[in-house]
Amino acid sequence: MSIESPLWEVFIRGQHGTAHRHVGSLHASDAETAMNNARDVYTRRNEGLSIWVVPSNQIIASSPSQKGSMFDPSQGKIYRHPSFYDIPKVVKKI
Amino acid sequence: MYAQQVESTGSQPKSLNKMNPKERAFQERIDRGERIEPKDWMPEGYRKTLVRQMGQHAHSEIVGQLPEGNWIGRAPTLERKAILLAKVQDEAGHGLYLYSAAETLGKSRDDMTKELLSGRAKYSSIFNYPTLNWADMGAVGWLVDGAAIMNQVPLQRTSYGPYARAMVRICKEESFHQRQGFDIMMKMSFGSKEQKAMAQDSLNRFWYPSLMMFGPSDSESVHSAQSMAWKIKINFNDELRQKFVNQTAPQAKYLGLKIPDENLKWNKKTEQYDFSEPDWKEFFEVISGNGPCNIERLAARNKAWDDGEWFREGLMANASKQSKAMNAKD
Repeated sequence: MSIESPLWEVFIRGQHGTAHRHVGSLHASDAETAMNNARDVYTRRNEGLSIWVVPSNQIIASSPSQKGSMFDPSQGKIYRHPSFYDIPKVVKKI
Repeated sequence: MYAQQVESTGSQPKSLNKMNPKERAFQERIDRGERIEPKDWMPEGYRKTLVRQMGQHAHSEIVGQLPEGNWIGRAPTLERKAILLAKVQDEAGHGLYLYSAAETLGKSRDDMTKELLSGRAKYSSIFNYPTLNWADMGAVGWLVDGAAIMNQVPLQRTSYGPYARAMVRICKEESFHQRQGFDIMMKMSFGSKEQKAMAQDSLNRFWYPSLMMFGPSDSESVHSAQSMAWKIKINFNDELRQKFVNQTAPQAKYLGLKIPDENLKWNKKTEQYDFSEPDWKEFFEVISGNGPCNIERLAARNKAWDDGEWFREGLMANASKQSKAMNAKD
């Protein structure tokens, strides 16, 4: 068996002005083949108007073991949300 | 379903107080309905069972292309040919989504392919039956995809994130498969006497193999108990089989076809259909390699893989040449 072709992650932008969204992955020898395969595999039913393919090994992911130090700090900062502030009802349009 | 006999750890699931802290935290996440993601800690048994199940599921999608591929060249109209091509292409896609999900657990695609081609890995028993007449394309869509959907819908809630997400995509596409099958069955059943006879013949042959798709009764199985505790498996096999019969019997009646089971009747007390079990001896023969088409199916997969080798190698050679040229330019 020869060398396995590299893995690519596929991102698709749908029709309603949304951002590209991760839809899955596939194997392909190079970027052009990855793009063709992504079209065939992930847009058979009008799912998208734009495709990004990215080599999987180029993605830097946060580690689950750092979940606490990464994301907990933002939990204590409720003043970043508008509902933190009590504004009297008589004050309008704010 | 497509993974009929997935072995798990082989022992009863541990109770929470017998687990070590890591295992316990993991089980509690599952009990809370949280999804497990690829880089999260997981027990080795969970990883292994999942790889086995997703592998069987993916292989079934891939081998499942063969009985239908058999009819692409002989579909009766251009429209039916286009529909069948689209369906078979979907099956290839489904196999790919599932292989990708399994790869997130560290199992390589080539390893999985090797396991299928060598006959070590299992795939659903249903695809080892031949498709002999055009109505079989109807019966396969109606019954086989119908049975598959029964299992795949609850699997959208399975605990492993990539598997659940693959299932969501698959379920979206699968209902077209079942409906196009029923559409063929309608055409045949409401057509000429000969067409109706073909539809009946097809139902006769595919009924029991479809019931086998859910696998043997597993209410006593330790493998299923563990898989259910991990939410890799959601329902017992008998539960889904009953649901399938309840759903399918009225559809057969609408077609004017007779399900080949003298014991099939509505039970007012249980509000379910009573029905006969398939021949489980036959099932064990088919799943262990002795079905009508096992040898043919594996030979076809091996031939496709071998015939494609020069092309895969060419693509990789071209890619490495291109990247060398790019590096030289830099």
